[in-house]
Amino acid sequence: MATVDNAVPPGESPEPFEETVENPRRRDYLSIGAVAFAGVGAGVIALPLINQMNPSEDVLALSTTEVDLSSIEPGQAITTSFRKQPLFVRNLTQKEIAEADAVPLSDLRDPETLEQRTKEGHKNWLITLGVCTHLGCVPLGAGEGENRGPYGGYFCPCHGSMYDTAARIRQGPAPKNLFVPDYKFTSDTSVLVGEA
Amino acid sequence: MVSLILRYLNYLIGAAFAFVLLIALWGTVSELIHNPPQEGAAEEFHLEPKPLHLASDGPFGHWDKQQLQRGFQVYKEVCSACHSLRHIAFRDLTGIGYSEAQVKAIAEQWQIPQPSVNKDTGEPDTRPNKPSDYFPLVFANETAAKAANNNAVPPDLSLMVKAREGGAAYIHSLITGYRPQPAELLEKFPTAKTPPGLHYNPYFATLNLAMPPPLTSDGQVQYEDGTKPTIDQMSTDVAAFLTWTAEPDMMTRHRTGYAAVLFLLIFIGLTFGAYKNIWRDVKH
Amino acid sequence: MSFPWAEQYRPKNPVMRWLDEKLPLPRLAYNAIGAGYPVPRNLNYFWNFGVLAGAALAIQIITGVVLAMHYAADSAVAFDSVEHIMRDINAGWFLRYAHATGASMFFIVVYTHIFRGLYYGSYKAPREMVWLLGVVIFLLMMATAFMGYVLPWGQMSFWGAQVITGFFSAIPIVGENIRIWLLGGYAPDQAALNRFFSLHYLLPFVIAGVIILHIWALHIPGSSNPTGVEVKGEQDTVPFHPYYTAKDGVGVGVFLLVFALILFFAPNYLGHPDNYIPANPLSTPAHIVPEWYFWPFYAILRSFTADFILPAKLWGVLAMFGSILILFFLPWLDKSPVRSSNYRPVYRIFLGILLIDVLVLGWVGGSEATPTYLILGQISAAYYFLHFLVILPIVSALERPRPLPNSITEAVLKGESGSRMSETAVGGEQAAPAE
Repeated sequence: MATVDNAVPPGESPEPFEETVENPRRRDYLSIGAVAFAGVGAGVIALPLINQMNPSEDVLALSTTEVDLSSIEPGQAITTSFRKQPLFVRNLTQKEIAEADAVPLSDLRDPETLEQRTKEGHKNWLITLGVCTHLGCVPLGAGEGENRGPYGGYFCPCHGSMYDTAARIRQGPAPKNLFVPDYKFTSDTSVLVGEA
Repeated sequence: MVSLILRYLNYLIGAAFAFVLLIALWGTVSELIHNPPQEGAAEEFHLEPKPLHLASDGPFGHWDKQQLQRGFQVYKEVCSACHSLRHIAFRDLTGIGYSEAQVKAIAEQWQIPQPSVNKDTGEPDTRPNKPSDYFPLVFANETAAKAANNNAVPPDLSLMVKAREGGAAYIHSLITGYRPQPAELLEKFPTAKTPPGLHYNPYFATLNLAMPPPLTSDGQVQYEDGTKPTIDQMSTDVAAFLTWTAEPDMMTRHRTGYAAVLFLLIFIGLTFGAYKNIWRDVKH
Repeated sequence: MSFPWAEQYRPKNPVMRWLDEKLPLPRLAYNAIGAGYPVPRNLNYFWNFGVLAGAALAIQIITGVVLAMHYAADSAVAFDSVEHIMRDINAGWFLRYAHATGASMFFIVVYTHIFRGLYYGSYKAPREMVWLLGVVIFLLMMATAFMGYVLPWGQMSFWGAQVITGFFSAIPIVGENIRIWLLGGYAPDQAALNRFFSLHYLLPFVIAGVIILHIWALHIPGSSNPTGVEVKGEQDTVPFHPYYTAKDGVGVGVFLLVFALILFFAPNYLGHPDNYIPANPLSTPAHIVPEWYFWPFYAILRSFTADFILPAKLWGVLAMFGSILILFFLPWLDKSPVRSSNYRPVYRIFLGILLIDVLVLGWVGGSEATPTYLILGQISAAYYFLHFLVILPIVSALERPRPLPNSITEAVLKGESGSRMSETAVGGEQAAPAE
């Protein structure tokens, strides 16, 4: 029966066996080196296996969405699609703008003014992603006759997040205001979303 | 008796297979003797591609971006009239040295618009190409392609270099290989006359090709970089370009390969050392 | 299981001791591929190929699972989804080329492994079950490889599916119905592609399961060795770890180097250009061939060109499947008491001829079916069957083997190293090879 301290089996003669005990360092050095090298190799190989799940080049290249504003009356909103996500484009009424401006920043969970969330000279055009910042449902309020919640903006039916007329979070579990993507006005009645 | 047969079953089965093969062999040999295979015109006059050397050849090759851009120009001005490039997106052209602004301009000015849907009526519509778009198809579908091309479908060119034996050399030979049908061929195979509507080309497998010669005169394309646009040059350039379209990531692949091989050589050295050390006292 | 002198698992680490008491998985690994498995000390590099086959399967499963995240088994988009992987997915070209090249590497390794078994008589008692399970793995591999080749939905994929399912139509009466059932239609299409994808994903895990049985069955008698003489005592063996883990490390390194050279510098060399043309049900490529690892079997199929009682087509299909199924009977066809061909001077000549014969069959199977190739194929196919069914049983009964060494250690000490297929006969009496 072999024992633990007799891990290396004897050769045909005992002499070389003893030698291994005398000189263990060189063996360890090479074995550890080889195993470490294999570990590094496995780590490097893991990178492409992980990275393949990131968005592919065609997804990253998904480009811009052009929105025509001419048919959106004040008080109305449309839902369109930007990079496979819903995009709310709202034409605010003067009353809604006034409501938004009246809220002190200290009352807000994610303090931002309506000016910061719109483009200069186009304060009535509120363009946000229609993705609740809580867990990603599409809030109600963009469609005609939908529940806009007590703050007159958007209301997310999944977990009850309520947004005001500037699409800022006011009540409920969502941590952030509805996200404003990069966009620019190409004319008074059209915007290009996806380019700053 | 049964047990005897079972005992020698393997010999029986072996003999049966061998016997049937012998009959088959007899048939093949007598067929060969009585009806020796005739070489057809396609076997006798078919030519292997002429050798072609590109900068991208071999494991240490590189892309010659000037040449790829010239090749793209040939594709754009000549081939793209009939052949699509559907696996390539305009954005990919940054890989042959165009800037993003240039790519955007190329996409917008591309002669075939991108199919889309009219957002008011829902009717099929078209819009200008964007960098994120793939090159639009030349023909909406196979039937349209056949109708416009005398019943032959011009194949997509994205993968042509990988989809043909001989690759880029084949494409170069084919484009420059048109010639009158040799009198010798007609003498030997009177029925093999190139049918009307087809074109004789010895590099094509059946010798007769539906595609008319695409490059017919020097200077058909005006190069911006001053390279003399001979037929041979244009054809080489477009073959280089199609080598790139077949696998735009080829150079990344080679570079990754150098690192992998170097790593493995060191790894083999280390493990071999460890192996020799561990075994040094055990005769085996 | 294993020898009485095998090392016992004695975990020093308290966590491992705790785990070993509750779930003796570390012990299992230790006894299977660790220091607890005593292995003959004289194994040569041919014995690396079992581990390499396991590595190849692991590579195929890992890359395959990842590719399945991007591949779409829909006949309208399958081809494009593969090109999407090649062009747009991060490192997609690497994953797909690794999977495609990996299939070839797997077969190269397994063919070597099988030839090792043939040469050293690894199929003989008491290891018949190891061999039988190995043949099952080989059959599963062939099915998996075939279905995987259909998935890119190129011209060769499509016509491969058409031709291979056509084998089943050779069965009398019900053949055509079986073919239609397999395809879910009259020609390969959406239904066939989708089920092939499902099975291509499933079968590798079945293979992994049979491999566990294969290793289990191997551990009952323990590994064979180049002399074919059974282990007699402790001096004949070394523990698997670190001795053979180190040697396998070298083997894996060389394997990966060859793999990398093909993958990074000639990934399409082993493929066929026509598979970069999308499937077209209306036009067969001029010269269709299966992947290289099927060429010998394809040559056997094509060699049967004459009707004799049964139609030629049925003979071809029977012979092709038969050429693999024969391997199941090998342990009983070869009656020689000596395992290793090193000590079988006559048989090893015929085995050499068989190797050349299979290579010729491969060459014929990959070439066009001209009369010359057909004749060559017919002769080679006949030899293949005669070798296993006639020559091998007769030779094994009549041959006078060379004297065997008394033990592995004796062979090693006399310099009749397992690392070489040595011609030197060892003096002394002939020992009984099997216990």
